[in-house]
Amino acid sequence: MDLDWDEFIVTGEPFILAGQIAILLTTIGIIFVLTYFKKWKWIWNEWITSVDHRKIGIMYIIASVLMMIRAGVDALMMRTQLAAPNMPFLGEAQHYNEIFTTHGTIMIIFVATPFLIGLMNVATPLQIGARDVAFPFLNNLSFWTFFWGAMLFNISFVIGGAPSAGWSAYMPLASNDLSPGPGQNFYLLGLQISGIGTLATGINLVVTIMKMRAKGMRLMRMPMFTWTTLITSLIIIGAFPILTVALGMQTFDRLWDTSFFTLQDGGMPMMWVNLFWLWGHPEVYIVILPAFGIFSEIIATFARKRLFGYTSMVFAIAAISGLSFLVWVHHFFTMGAGPMVNSFFSISTMAIAVPTGVKIFNWLATLHRGRIRFSVPMVWALGFIPNFTIGGVTGVMLAMAAADYQYHNTYFLVSHFHYVLIAGTIFACFAGTIYWWPKMFGLKLNERLGHWVFWIFMIGFNVCFFPQYFLGLDGMPRRIYTYFPEDGWFSLNFISTVGAFMMGLAFVIFVYNIYYSYRYQPRETTGDPWGGRGRTLEWATSSAVPPHYNFAKIPEVKDQDAYWQMKQEGIDPNDIEEYHDIHMPNYTGNPFIMSVFMFVGGFGLVFHWWSIAIIGAIGIFACMIQRSFSRDNGHIVPAEEVREEEAKIREVKANESGQ
Amino acid sequence: MFFALFMLILLSGCGLTVLDPQGTVGEQQRDLIILSIVFMFIIVLVVFILLTYFLVKYRERDGHRGYNPDIDGSVKLEVVWTVIPIIIVTILSIPTVYTIFNIEEVPEANTEEEEPLVVHATSANWKWIFSYPEENIETVNFINIPVERPVLFKLTSADSMASFWVPQLGGQRYNMAGMQTELYLQAGEEGTYYGRNANFTGEGFAEMRFDVNAIEEEAFNEWVTEVQDEAPVLTQDTYDQFMVPGHVGEYAFSGTHLDWVDHALDAEYALEARERQGYEPVNPHSPEAADDVPFYDIDVDTDAVENEERQNEGPAQEEEGDSNHHHHH
Repeated sequence: MDLDWDEFIVTGEPFILAGQIAILLTTIGIIFVLTYFKKWKWIWNEWITSVDHRKIGIMYIIASVLMMIRAGVDALMMRTQLAAPNMPFLGEAQHYNEIFTTHGTIMIIFVATPFLIGLMNVATPLQIGARDVAFPFLNNLSFWTFFWGAMLFNISFVIGGAPSAGWSAYMPLASNDLSPGPGQNFYLLGLQISGIGTLATGINLVVTIMKMRAKGMRLMRMPMFTWTTLITSLIIIGAFPILTVALGMQTFDRLWDTSFFTLQDGGMPMMWVNLFWLWGHPEVYIVILPAFGIFSEIIATFARKRLFGYTSMVFAIAAISGLSFLVWVHHFFTMGAGPMVNSFFSISTMAIAVPTGVKIFNWLATLHRGRIRFSVPMVWALGFIPNFTIGGVTGVMLAMAAADYQYHNTYFLVSHFHYVLIAGTIFACFAGTIYWWPKMFGLKLNERLGHWVFWIFMIGFNVCFFPQYFLGLDGMPRRIYTYFPEDGWFSLNFISTVGAFMMGLAFVIFVYNIYYSYRYQPRETTGDPWGGRGRTLEWATSSAVPPHYNFAKIPEVKDQDAYWQMKQEGIDPNDIEEYHDIHMPNYTGNPFIMSVFMFVGGFGLVFHWWSIAIIGAIGIFACMIQRSFSRDNGHIVPAEEVREEEAKIREVKANESGQ
Repeated sequence: MFFALFMLILLSGCGLTVLDPQGTVGEQQRDLIILSIVFMFIIVLVVFILLTYFLVKYRERDGHRGYNPDIDGSVKLEVVWTVIPIIIVTILSIPTVYTIFNIEEVPEANTEEEEPLVVHATSANWKWIFSYPEENIETVNFINIPVERPVLFKLTSADSMASFWVPQLGGQRYNMAGMQTELYLQAGEEGTYYGRNANFTGEGFAEMRFDVNAIEEEAFNEWVTEVQDEAPVLTQDTYDQFMVPGHVGEYAFSGTHLDWVDHALDAEYALEARERQGYEPVNPHSPEAADDVPFYDIDVDTDAVENEERQNEGPAQEEEGDSNHHHHH
């Protein structure tokens, strides 16, 4: 690419300039803090090279929250631009187009997916009574490829220019002819690199769950979140290779002038659309099924009841995962595929409402005859039910192809998928993070602030998105950067923008709550912090100072709610007579370095700088070779050390209860 | 509360475009939408009532009663809430499939002219080009159609994928280069309807709109004759200028571009035309990129019939000011 140096750094936009300054200051700030407090060694030894599933989970969550801030600011800029007709806020269409493209891509790929993977990393091994995931090295590699893929995507707005063809990157719009410049290359390479991590995580978690369950944990005794993790991972294994191949093909189209999806030489743009949604639709379930799992755990815990209809819940998730691969055409009913095809995909899409409905009613039945406590994770789970139902029923409306011809590409659709993705995934991210916070950090987040966050967010969310159903029915298409006073869309858009800022406010309070709780909340010492209501194995181990081996002795499972059953029978799983040596994996810096090389190579490809791309490729292979020849059998934690550590925890507990 | 509001707005029949259709295709879709809203409203109501009831009754409080932690399911109940959704989905599937098939058919004509009027609608960044092959005329960014007569739109695109949508007449369908899709619409009332591209096509997408004027058949025929006799002839050079990305005003021509290109068969034409016009795509962040989508005044070759050789002369691509940029009716 003939790229002049004056095109390298994006200039001429005040917001982008502000972003550049912010990035610079943050980088300097981080370097200063780490140097001043002499933390470089600590961050390398304890975090960057860590293969501990909980630390990796925490890093996933931190990275996702940072990405959520970025994409959330994008959302607020979009809503400000649309608050009134002919708004001059963002100046021109191109800027808006880049913002909605990055908003969508980041929220799906770099927020929802990794956030849930973070929670899976934290909770799943604990729930099945495992000491780590099956492939700890791979787990670290997964995180860093996600992280560096996300970074490559993110720098596009300050270097070279952000992609602007929408998160679905339809061809031929995304081709060189219609989207010149490096922006779309950032999309392709950023997603490709992080996609490697997601696929690897899917494989890792399937093997973990299939091979590493505690004694007695039959498949039908697994906690619901573990079930959803398993099925989600299977969907990942089925769907992500499609994305990998499709991204690869579009990358070839853009970098080496092949014609898979272009206008020239018989390219088939609609093939991109098919491949994209063959991955994209299952992806929607990759981010919703774990949310279902989280809500199942939380509702059962805080209703202090067994989950209603466990077996039908499992079959419902399996059915949803199967159907998720059979409905992708509903994203383009308007392609003109003919009435037979549209009828088939209409009915298969509507069929998803059946297992989903079963789940909704099972959750409701779990509340029936319960003893419901409205802790913060529970209010998020309860808020999910009505809001997600609205999202679900409008999904059925969209599934009716003949009617969809009128909603397609409108704000009706925008509203629908925000109702399912925010009320489903984002509520679950909040709920799950708060629920497992004591397991991660040894303290509970402040409840009073937590309730404020919930109510402001939930009301803001409805104020923001409910009016958009009407905007859609009034003919407002998505992705327009402005409209005219005559369109009559002003008042609803304005209300919507107010709601968006309420959500932003709630998020700020949430972040403040993290700081506040760290300073002032009492430390958690029981391991079972939600009023002794814990039902699954993660609450059976200590959480005050989480030991890296998870369980000193792996408990034996006799029930679907294993820990609840132990409590009922008066068994203390930490009452251990004899300690044994524990075999644990070693930390490693190889995956971090390999991922940095992927970033470097990807960056070279974005700008067609072959020498840099080759340096990246050599680095990647060097790391692989190093890994192939390294003998790393992990290390043994001696029984004596385990005994001492556990005694220390007991001592803390004894002191606490003595006071 | 929201749903009470929702129903109020629906029942008042207030001016939500899609729920206020002006033709048979749009009416069928509206009926299907209303039917689905009624069913969905019932489902939402059931969930909301059950949820509220359980939360109030079984909240942890003094004198809490009815707690039973060991219920783990009920085959009877689970069958009930599996079968009911199946019934609802079935009930909704039947009219859906019926309507899907029905709107592929020619709507019934209420005029003497029973055959549908054929209009080719071609999207190009960022304008709409309409060809009337039987009348041998072409318009840009507006169409006139006879009221009560079915219109068969043959849709294609010169470049990126667009979606042809006139909300008050009926739902949309994609325009794709190298392909042709069809859409029947019919206007039941005289009037001017807003039509647009609904599928994102890049920078000029928001303003990619057109007017649909539904007029009496007689007036339509008069207009056709007038365009045939008086409008300038469409030359390939003039047409090529429309292939350059940018906005243009409304135009009418005699003759159609179908004489030399059918984009449904030739996906590359627009890119070649751009090259002929000397247009080069540039990185939007490069210094030479324009800040705004240009508004072109196409240089219409009025003497084309007499001077065919002028066709190969250079283009005129002056950028107009923003005065008529947000051109809207």
